[in-house]
Amino acid sequence: MAIECLVLGAGQEVGKSCVVVTINDKKIMFDCGMHMGYLDHRRYPDFSLISKSGDFNNSLTCIVVTHFHLDHIGALPYFTEVCGYNGPIYMTYPTKALAPLMLEDYRKVMVDRRGEEEQFSYEQILECMKKVTAVDLKQTVQVDKDLQIRAYYAGHVLGAAMFYARVGDVAIVYTGDYNMTPDRHLGAAQIDKLQLDLVITESTYATTYRDSKYAREREFLKAVHKCVAGGGKVLIPTFALGRAQELCMLLDDYWERMNLKVPIYFSAGLTVQANMYYKMLINWTSQKVKDTYATRNAFDFKHVCSFDRSLINAPGPCVLFATPGMISGGFSLEVFKQWAPYEGNLVTLPGYCVAGTVGHRLMSAKTPAHINIDQDTQIDMRCQIHQLSFSPHTDAKGILDLVKFLSPKHVILVHGEKPKMATLKEKMQSEMGIQCFDPANNETVSIPSTHYVKAVASDALLQSSLSPNLKFLRKCSERGSDFGGLDARTKPRLKVFDDRMAEGILMVQRNQNIEAVHQNEVVAMLGLESHEIKFANCCPVYIANSETRNVVLSQSTVDKSFWLRLLFEKLSSKFPETSIQDCGERLQIESFSVSVCSKEICPHRTTANLQCMPETMYFCCTWSTADEKLAWEIISVIKSLSLRDK
Amino acid sequence: MEFTCLSEGKGFYFPPCYILDICGFRVLFDCPMDLSSLTMFLPVPTDSFSMCNGEINSRSCQKSLDLESNVYKRRKIDKPLDESSLIRAEPRYKIIKNLLLWNVSFIDVVLISSPMGILGLPFLTRSKDFSAKVYATEVAARIGQLMMEDLVTMHKEFRQVYGPEGSGSPQWMKWEELELLPSELKEIALGKDGTELAGWMPLYSAADVKDCMQKIQTLKYAEEAFYNGTLIIKAFASGLEIGTCNWSIICPKGSIAYLSSSVFSSATAMCFDYNALQRSDVILYTDFTPCNASSISNDDDNGSATADPNQSVDTVNWEAIADDYQEMEKLDFICSCSMNSVKAGGSVLIPVGRVGIILQLLERIALCLESQNLKVPIYIVSSVAEELMAFTNVIPEWLSKQRQDRLYSGQPLFNHMELLNDKRLQLFPAIHSLKLLTNWQEPCIVFCPHWSLRLGPVVHLLRRWCRDENSILVMEEGVDASLALLPFRPMKMKVLQCSFLSGIQLQYSRPLLKTLQPRHVLFPEKLRQHIDPPKNLFSSSYYSEDETLNVPYLKENSELDIAGDLASRLHYTTLKQGNINIARLKGELAIEQGKYRLLLGTEQDVSSQIRPVVHLGRINLDTLLTELRKIALNITVEETTSADGLYKASLVHVLEPNKATIEITEAQTLISTADKNLSCQISEAISCILDCF
Repeated sequence: MAIECLVLGAGQEVGKSCVVVTINDKKIMFDCGMHMGYLDHRRYPDFSLISKSGDFNNSLTCIVVTHFHLDHIGALPYFTEVCGYNGPIYMTYPTKALAPLMLEDYRKVMVDRRGEEEQFSYEQILECMKKVTAVDLKQTVQVDKDLQIRAYYAGHVLGAAMFYARVGDVAIVYTGDYNMTPDRHLGAAQIDKLQLDLVITESTYATTYRDSKYAREREFLKAVHKCVAGGGKVLIPTFALGRAQELCMLLDDYWERMNLKVPIYFSAGLTVQANMYYKMLINWTSQKVKDTYATRNAFDFKHVCSFDRSLINAPGPCVLFATPGMISGGFSLEVFKQWAPYEGNLVTLPGYCVAGTVGHRLMSAKTPAHINIDQDTQIDMRCQIHQLSFSPHTDAKGILDLVKFLSPKHVILVHGEKPKMATLKEKMQSEMGIQCFDPANNETVSIPSTHYVKAVASDALLQSSLSPNLKFLRKCSERGSDFGGLDARTKPRLKVFDDRMAEGILMVQRNQNIEAVHQNEVVAMLGLESHEIKFANCCPVYIANSETRNVVLSQSTVDKSFWLRLLFEKLSSKFPETSIQDCGERLQIESFSVSVCSKEICPHRTTANLQCMPETMYFCCTWSTADEKLAWEIISVIKSLSLRDK
Repeated sequence: MEFTCLSEGKGFYFPPCYILDICGFRVLFDCPMDLSSLTMFLPVPTDSFSMCNGEINSRSCQKSLDLESNVYKRRKIDKPLDESSLIRAEPRYKIIKNLLLWNVSFIDVVLISSPMGILGLPFLTRSKDFSAKVYATEVAARIGQLMMEDLVTMHKEFRQVYGPEGSGSPQWMKWEELELLPSELKEIALGKDGTELAGWMPLYSAADVKDCMQKIQTLKYAEEAFYNGTLIIKAFASGLEIGTCNWSIICPKGSIAYLSSSVFSSATAMCFDYNALQRSDVILYTDFTPCNASSISNDDDNGSATADPNQSVDTVNWEAIADDYQEMEKLDFICSCSMNSVKAGGSVLIPVGRVGIILQLLERIALCLESQNLKVPIYIVSSVAEELMAFTNVIPEWLSKQRQDRLYSGQPLFNHMELLNDKRLQLFPAIHSLKLLTNWQEPCIVFCPHWSLRLGPVVHLLRRWCRDENSILVMEEGVDASLALLPFRPMKMKVLQCSFLSGIQLQYSRPLLKTLQPRHVLFPEKLRQHIDPPKNLFSSSYYSEDETLNVPYLKENSELDIAGDLASRLHYTTLKQGNINIARLKGELAIEQGKYRLLLGTEQDVSSQIRPVVHLGRINLDTLLTELRKIALNITVEETTSADGLYKASLVHVLEPNKATIEITEAQTLISTADKNLSCQISEAISCILDCF
């Protein structure tokens, strides 16, 4: 059995996330995103690789979408309404609520402003969303008899989730985008400790290690404050959802504290409307925000008003949130064109801009500069640029922490830049010993999966395995080595095993259930009689010392026990961790029994010719198969009873 | 597996209570209390109310007077009930007496299926022996918490009037006092069988509630909770109220579904998720709805659902069940009665405790007022009103499909946020709050606790309006109205009693069980006449209160998953008698996610082969000799008797390479040699001709 992972997007790049995972017969598509940097066929994943005939309903079991960003959901209406996929689609409640806003915003930008041919209509977006089943966090969804999925909190944006999927004994996690540290409005990612064959994780910041974000937030606020204090205008291009709310909470709070009166605008009704959703979905935000909702909902912003187009060139300072985030078109581009030529103004850039967008060009530009908006337009940019350095993605430490916590058998990296991914992959393999892959788009990775042999266990076996069966094993190599040294502390000299299954027997019979039973049950089940194999050895010990020879010869019971006591001491020091029972006439260690033999002829005495020698005495030993190894060790101790120097 | 019904309960506000013993764990289902029995106390006294005037202050005089005149007391028993029959004391609260018979420390798990099922929990959790894990859905826990906090706040009024309760039991709990109670009240105080006095407890404190909440682990619907790795516990929507649930418990021995009062389609709560309960081995059917319904006379006004078992159909299109249609009619009826009242200048008092009903009535009444252009304010008077209203608007995941659709279209889940913004709806924490005093207008429509009509704002408002024939009181059926209204007589106010759907209607239970395909169902004995389970599909048994039922596990053995890598490394031998392969198990046994799993231990060297310790079969001497010669031993054979002369034995002497004797009897082989290698060789040879592991 194997897990097949076909990476249709976000392989060694960021954009159009889409991974198709096949476990047994189940095929799950994780995310169905679009690439913002392309306008041709490359913007969508190559769906033909799933099914040449285009029969997606039969080839896919379900689609799981992690969050509402376009690079994770942008291709979904196209896939359902144009390609004709009709099967189940799962996403969290906030994603289902907010995704149509994102998709519609994007469609408008494409069609109304850029004048492109539309890929899907508004009606198609709504049709598509009707097919979506919303899930709550931790809710275990039984997709069909064999496939189970479950969402875990991922931070990143409102409603972002990591998804766990299990088919039989095979389990994987697809993280989507996540954040391991809480931010202004969202909590940190949270997941249970699971037994996983594979984790597919994002790796946007595969090599970045970030310190606290508070310093960066202060930097941002300072830059904005400086600009408005000087009468300038601040343009904050963002996605309508997520970043806009986070920054707005930050500014609203700052405005309150600094008693600023400069207006903060939201460009479209979109963001205002989005706040409505945020208010209802407050349970998906951070604990701090949640705790206060009953008195004041944190998404009732005090200093925010909506924007009118006529205000673009109105005099005086202001702060404006405008979509889209990467200034790839739409209103943010329109305002950018107007405001960029003035020195006093400020434009903030998101932490990450896809190649090909204006935002991407600005990232590397030094003010003043000439910026090409498109083939025909070039603007003379003189305004300040502030790049936001806090990001809702986890940094490398977060990725490693998550992988370490989940400790899966394999990891696949997606959603990152190729060289950085290679570095992280190397690190994961060397530091954690977890096999790691970073496939490119349209590549398939095949991973072996665990499987379990299903057996039926009897009550007697389970009962017996409830009580511990401890075995102590002394590590010979360490014996006598530096006591109290570092080694002794890190490597325990005594190892304890709990071998509860030692009495369990597995029975495999053709055309029948595999049964696990207690060994005592087997005899009856098979209708056979048990046959015991025992061992005996009457072991001679030569006594050289003349004093003791006399004792031997007297052979009274008192002296017998004297010899046994002597042996007892020897054995106790030799085997300190085994319990030796002194039963008077004999010593008992597990099934091994030893006594002093005074018989003239003992059937267990094979060294017959020695019996006439007076300076020899005999220890008669018997034991059964289980303790064979121990028995011979004891016998060697008995033999070494150098009675000579007693 | 043992199942004990501790209490059958009494409808919506007092759900049943059970203990299930499963896989060695004791699971308590719900911990409610019987708030309807509060009606035997006098409501919280108010100065403004003439009937109580003076009596409070002269309480001690009254008592001494009572004690002196036995004649007066006799009369009290015989005469028809009136206000003076009620117990004038700080109320105590009645919990389930059978629960007191159990040692609290023996309970391992508590499952809460509704906010009502949590109300008695602080009585348990405040015991220092309580160590159970409590599971409840997030919403049931939150709403339950609000209800308990509200109860504690309302109860404070009694404290203010009666002063702190002394140590020892109160006067009314003394036998001589109880003997004198009218029979109706005596039955409430002592129960039908006269054993329930021990169940009366002084109310818990706010600190007890807080402490109780900390012991609850909250769940989402369909979230898996693992108890001790052995039990997988999941809650599924029951549709009764927002956040209520049925339970599914899976243990290595099978699966159990706890089917509580469920409603197929609800206007507010997420609908009954019966699919998740399909193919359980055992269903614990704990919906007493038909019994409760039959005990109540059906009032024509409210169109309460009449269940006719003869109507039973076997196939039902579940999607099409319009449970909520009849409910809508009831709500509309309440609305129209309310409109008539306010138009006549009267007020409307709605002391209903169901969150779902309150939320719907709020919307509908507001709509009616708007459509009839009436400027009548709506008030909610409760210490937790503000929190409850805010809370219900942020839980789309727990609501019905229609409500969720409002989320997707960007509308608030309930209209009350809008009503609040317009000041058409106002929330007051208490009847004496300043905000209420400055804003109060009549006529008005008031939602407030408590439905028992004994404590909370309702008492004050009822006293104010009970003589107003234009005003109307909306009550639920199931409450003994004559007793509840006793202190407010003579009532001129109109009373509208209605019953809301609170369980599976009888005609649906049979087809439902057919859909669920259980193997065994436990029904309440009381339902025996009503339910005719299809015997060919599943077996069934019947339980009664205070009775323990033994339910056999449906699987005899547990499943054991053996890790593939471990299974392949076991040392298999084929038995002589045929095609059975056998191997000694190794590895680490784990119980996780309700499954026994045998995993490759990290520490153990599994590949090392230990000697077999169990041998089966008999030794054929000739075969043995052949085997021994194969390994080049020089042997002679001798027939003898055993050392003790009791049985025959064969003696094989090995001469070369070293000396050894092998004594073979029917059940035992004894190898005597001083040569370790030789003994090894011989025992291996013997193992070869026996079945061993």
